[in-house]
Amino acid sequence: MEKNECIYLYTRFERFWHWAQALLVLILILTGLEIHGTYSLLGFETAFSVHNFCAWTWLVLYVFILFWMAITEEWKQYIPTFQKLFAVMWYYVYGIFKGDPHPVPKTARVKHNPLQRLTYLGIVSFLVPFQLITGYLYYYYNAWPQLGWDWALRPVALLHTAGGFAMLVFLIVHVYMTTTGHSLSAHIKSMFTGWEEVEDTAGHEWEVKS
Amino acid sequence: MNIKGNEARCTSCHAGYGWKDDSFDFSDETKIDCLVCHEQTGTYKKFPSGAGHPVSEPKKFSGKEMFYPPDWNRVAQSVGRPQIENCGICHFYGGGGDGVKHGDLDSSLFHASRDLDVHMSPEGGGFTCTRCHTTKAHFIAGRCYKKPAFTERKSLIDDDMVERIACVSCHTETPHEPGSKRNDHTDKVACQSCHIPEFARQNPTKMYWDWSTAGRMNENGKPLVKKGDLGKAVYHGKKGSFRWENNVVPEYFWFNGTMEYKLLTDTVDPSESVKLNKIMGSRDDPRSRIYPFKVHRGLMPYDLENKTMLSPKLFGKEKEAYWKSYDWNMALEAGMEAHGLDFSGEYTFVETEYHFPSTHMVAPGEDALQCLDCHADQGRLAKLTGFYLPGRDKNKVLDAIGWLAVFGSLAGVAVHGLMRKVLAKKRG
Ligand code: HEC
Ligand code: HEC
Ligand code: HEC
Ligand code: HEC
Ligand code: HEC
Repeated sequence: MEKNECIYLYTRFERFWHWAQALLVLILILTGLEIHGTYSLLGFETAFSVHNFCAWTWLVLYVFILFWMAITEEWKQYIPTFQKLFAVMWYYVYGIFKGDPHPVPKTARVKHNPLQRLTYLGIVSFLVPFQLITGYLYYYYNAWPQLGWDWALRPVALLHTAGGFAMLVFLIVHVYMTTTGHSLSAHIKSMFTGWEEVEDTAGHEWEVKS
Repeated sequence: MNIKGNEARCTSCHAGYGWKDDSFDFSDETKIDCLVCHEQTGTYKKFPSGAGHPVSEPKKFSGKEMFYPPDWNRVAQSVGRPQIENCGICHFYGGGGDGVKHGDLDSSLFHASRDLDVHMSPEGGGFTCTRCHTTKAHFIAGRCYKKPAFTERKSLIDDDMVERIACVSCHTETPHEPGSKRNDHTDKVACQSCHIPEFARQNPTKMYWDWSTAGRMNENGKPLVKKGDLGKAVYHGKKGSFRWENNVVPEYFWFNGTMEYKLLTDTVDPSESVKLNKIMGSRDDPRSRIYPFKVHRGLMPYDLENKTMLSPKLFGKEKEAYWKSYDWNMALEAGMEAHGLDFSGEYTFVETEYHFPSTHMVAPGEDALQCLDCHADQGRLAKLTGFYLPGRDKNKVLDAIGWLAVFGSLAGVAVHGLMRKVLAKKRG
């Protein structure tokens, strides 16, 4: 790690949406579990209201994020690739213990390694919409009859619960992964400042050229 | 228990002014006593077993309370709109005493605090019964047999013209502040379910009545009476054993406003508690709501051979009357005969349930049920199944997989982290 360099990876809006989502997801999981009956913390009614408030906030934020991705072409950071995917996986199950260098260091144009790309793409394009859709179906349960839907609440509620668990699992692994930088807090710090310390800023051969 | 065979007593409330014998026409209007409802002096009192007649000269009932003949001039001049007292003299004492039948209609409503009843309390709405029970040619709007509680949703304006009143007639279906989740509930949960958190909040109500133990006498040969700690008899030689309770949490059922009543001719299955009236309604019926009930349980006589419920003759001067000779066989024989029905001679006592809907004793808003009263594992709706109730219902498999994944990933990252640390140290 001799020739470390600082690169500006995360713009202000990106950092904002990241932390806003983090906070929302955390509160949504906590209040969601309380509505689920797992524990009593805020009280059912408060948990319920906070959950709904966060859901609306997230919906608005999500629309802004998609818009931002579209106009900044940031969506290209999420184009999946299988090149080096297994190298990255192998790194996390083996190489990391030996102190090997990361097979795909971050660069300004490639913020996410192939594993991250795949995961985040899955989260942004599948899990989040899934939670939003099942959540809003749930939210508008009382309007179903007007829409002529003769559904039961149970399947929708169970899907929403399953999505919640998936989100919690993602959160746990995601938070842990932040400790795998060159120091335990390096990734977290860069998410606050926008600046990431990297070893090498050269491009990657697997990059998707724009 | 039934009116037939006991008419002289029961008709002091159940319309039947001047009952003498079975030829009495219960639908003849001239036999309905107007003064009970419409006199305002509070002195017009019927003699309990006088077949709906007040006394014509002072007379004692059961050797205790004096009954004086009415001052007819005063009574007749006081005729006016019925007050709570007029209706209460019958409705608060149904079944032979205060709070015996309904848990939400008892003498505590004569002078209710606002906490007891927001509507009838002078500190609250100051309503009389007839403020809600509007009458149209004397069909007092109420719950009707085999007629839905309210067939159609209706507006306030409609209400001035129809004879049926419901909470929503005055309060609308969305009485809570806009956006309140409570407003979403009113299509499934009756207002009463949330707003009558408990009934019998002041006077105790009878919850259990075991006729099988009746007949015990004290040393003087008079029916034995034992008082319980609520100041009410827990045993009476004439009637058996009772249980009285205060602040009773209702039981909840889907209810569409109709009831089906067991008749003495219906065969019943005593292997489970016999439902003397069956609450009609279900989750899938859009007219049904979850409604609070007082469930009055007890043990009542049952014909082992005919497999029907039995109705004894309780009251009367004849030796067959139970309260005369305390002989169930004779009383049941005579009682069933009055109905023109057969009694096999073989009887036992079986468990019964009678359901009283709770509608009165609406508590102030702040005492209403909170979300967790229902949305919890062991909440008030624990027994109502067939629909998904957040906070109560979970899919066990899904939860198990979910938590396994959560704790699995926690353990996974913990081991991973630990290994990283240990191996990094080793590498130096
Ligand atoms: C003389 C006694 C008596 C008086 C006084 C009386 N009621 Fe009733 N009321 C009864 C009886 C008995 C029944 C049950 C009728 C039946 O089962 O058919 C009844 C039935 C009702 C019902 C219908 C209950 C149901 O289960 O459907 C309502 C409502 C009602 N009364 C309201 C009133 C109001 C309001 C007043 C005062 C204006 C009043 N009653 C005065 C004896 C009385
Ligand atoms: C705040 C309005 C209101 C007042 C005041 C009121 N009632 Fe009711 N009552 C109702 C409603 C609503 C029902 C249920 C009617 C239905 O389901 O159609 C009812 C039902 C009844 C019934 C039928 C049995 C039952 O429990 O459902 C009786 C009897 C009755 N009321 C008697 C009375 C008497 C006696 C008084 C006065 C002491 C009184 N009510 C005062 C609203 C009221
Ligand atoms: C005849 C019209 C009428 C009917 C029917 C009626 N209400 Fe009311 N209600 C009122 C009025 C008026 C008040 C205000 C009483 C006061 O001054 O405190 C009130 C007060 C209340 C309150 C107390 C609100 C607070 O501020 O805490 C509740 C709860 C309530 N009603 C529920 C019900 C329920 C439940 C029913 C059906 C059983 C019902 N009401 C039927 C007119 C009505
Ligand atoms: C899920 C339970 C629930 C149901 C169902 C429900 N309420 Fe309420 N209601 C409450 C609670 C809790 C409050 C007190 C908090 C508040 O004002 O929102 C309340 C408050 C009220 C108030 C006082 C409102 C105020 O602004 O002070 C009235 C009146 C009322 N309810 C009437 C009704 C009527 C009528 C119905 C049926 C159409 C009904 N409620 C159904 C729980 C319920
Ligand atoms: C009297 C019991 C009761 C109380 C109190 C109660 N609920 Fe409910 N709730 C129900 C029932 C029953 C259902 C199911 C309705 C259905 O499936 O149509 C339900 C459904 C729900 C649902 C899911 C369906 C929907 O309508 O969105 C939510 C969310 C909910 N309640 C929130 C609340 C909140 C928040 C409170 C407190 C303000 C509350 N409930 C208080 C009985 C209750």
